[in-house]
Amino acid sequence: MDKIIEIKGISKEFNGEQVLDNISLDIHDKEFVTLLGPSGCGKTTTLRIIGGFVTPDSGDLFFNGKRINDLPPYKRNVNTVFQKYALFPHLNVYENIAFALRLSKTPEKKINMRVNEMLELVDLVGFERRSVNYLSGGQQQRVAIARALINQPKVLLLDEPLGALDLKLRKEMQTELKKIQQHMEITFIYVTHDQEEALTMSDTVVVMNRGTIQQVGTPQDIYNEPVNAFVADFIGESNILGGIMHRDRLVEFAGNIFECVDRGFAPMEPVDVVIRPEDIVLTEPTADTINGVVESVTFKGVHYEIIVQASDTWIVHSTKAREPGDIVGITLSPSDIHIMKKSSAFSQGSFITDETEVRNIE
Amino acid sequence: MKKLPSRVYYIFLFGFLYIPIFVLIANSFNASKSRNVWTGFTFDWYVKLFNDADIMSALANTIIIALIASTVATVLGTAAAIGIFNMKNTARTVIMNATYLPIINPEIVTGVSLMLLFVFLKINLGFLTLILSHITFCLPYVILCVLPKLRQMDIHLYEAAMDLGCNRRQAFRKVVIPEITTGIITGFLMSLTYSIDDFVISYFTSGPTSQTLPITIFSMTRRKVSPKLNALSAIIFVIVLAVLLVMNVREIKASKKNKNRR
Repeated sequence: MDKIIEIKGISKEFNGEQVLDNISLDIHDKEFVTLLGPSGCGKTTTLRIIGGFVTPDSGDLFFNGKRINDLPPYKRNVNTVFQKYALFPHLNVYENIAFALRLSKTPEKKINMRVNEMLELVDLVGFERRSVNYLSGGQQQRVAIARALINQPKVLLLDEPLGALDLKLRKEMQTELKKIQQHMEITFIYVTHDQEEALTMSDTVVVMNRGTIQQVGTPQDIYNEPVNAFVADFIGESNILGGIMHRDRLVEFAGNIFECVDRGFAPMEPVDVVIRPEDIVLTEPTADTINGVVESVTFKGVHYEIIVQASDTWIVHSTKAREPGDIVGITLSPSDIHIMKKSSAFSQGSFITDETEVRNIE
Repeated sequence: MKKLPSRVYYIFLFGFLYIPIFVLIANSFNASKSRNVWTGFTFDWYVKLFNDADIMSALANTIIIALIASTVATVLGTAAAIGIFNMKNTARTVIMNATYLPIINPEIVTGVSLMLLFVFLKINLGFLTLILSHITFCLPYVILCVLPKLRQMDIHLYEAAMDLGCNRRQAFRKVVIPEITTGIITGFLMSLTYSIDDFVISYFTSGPTSQTLPITIFSMTRRKVSPKLNALSAIIFVIVLAVLLVMNVREIKASKKNKNRR
């Protein structure tokens, strides 16, 4: 696969606040890339830099090998689906979609053909003459996608496009977007703070926090092999504990010494230990298990979420219910203990983020 | 009945507002010069009105000045509103207060200071000074009409236009202008109204050769109120009423259309 977009050492500051701190990223042709992270992590700014709406303070942006730092948005072969759609209220559905073609003075016949193609693609045939102000959120979303795709861009940028839709519609649109991407055979760069959305749709997930890229990988990589405690916590739920790596494959945490599969740490190096709640097995308490008291049990549909109070507080997912007050043993197998270097970018427990996105408006 | 007091109140309210106007309109058809006696129905005053060179030239002046001043004020005001909208917070607050000031400021102060300015600059009071001063006092109204429309606009519309291939000028013309058109039209109409209406500022900034209608009427009433003025007032009232009715009917139609679309 060819690189279509290269971000090289880009930094950006708004009012003295470092929004992007020397990020580098390659995006390949026909790839579905998701920029994932909490509010203010710089994902939207990254997207806006690619779109041409924000100029980086330093660093370079390449498109097909050409530096495009100073190219205005209207000269880039990139189109954007905006967060709140930004449909033109004074134009109807047809004219909104035809906007880009009208600008380039395309013959009427071709416009008509292309718009109809797009209407079919987003399943809005019959809505041509409607005013965009009286469409539902999902329909407006479709118009925005059709409008952005009509110029046949090489790359489509999507800024939290499903954020305003309800859960069911969001799921439908997720599959549909993926289909459209595969059908059009173009690159999608998708910004979201919803980790589930990122895992479902993407070929590559880019996890960002505080203006830096934390990890780039396939959804499986990101989920199964998070590089640090932030990624582990942001993607799914995790138990994160402080520990000490005694030597290769031997770690101490929660008052016990455990075998693990990680190595390459300095002797007695302090580390973060990450354990997924679904990897924990609750047994009868023995001398070899971490023993604690069940504090609460919540039914979650597929599983029960059980909070166990030992020397630390543990989240356990189990298909078997327990009663609050039960004494249980936490059993871990070596491959489920993930050891990570202490990350200095944040302090433990303080990085859980809210779900609402606050945008940077220059 | 609880509604009775409020009905009585309404009758008095509208009575005070409209009875003088109806008396005036009735008198414009009165053959007698006196307001107290009705001696027969006539169109004479209307005929005389249209033959009165002073009034007709003042009317022409008023309309020409209003059209020129409102057009210029609308263009300048729209540009100013866009500039203010894109300013940083402190600068915006300063400029906005500077915009409000002429509106709050007593007209007589504006009028006198404009006159002094023109005298200082050695510009002869006349047509030009009238237009300049009308532009001056119309400008804030245009800004205040256009700014809210800009605030209501989704800021991403401009970016979306650029994204789809517009350069800055095209994006402005094809997306921003249509979004704020209602504000621009309202600003123009308000300017027109204020300009036609204005007496105080015009009084200080007009020369002997360029009288506007309000000034002419004022100077005529100082001698003896001619029934011609009744006729003139009646015509103005009917025109304003007609404009209002047309606008209301259009509004009702527009809202019905929107409901149907839904």
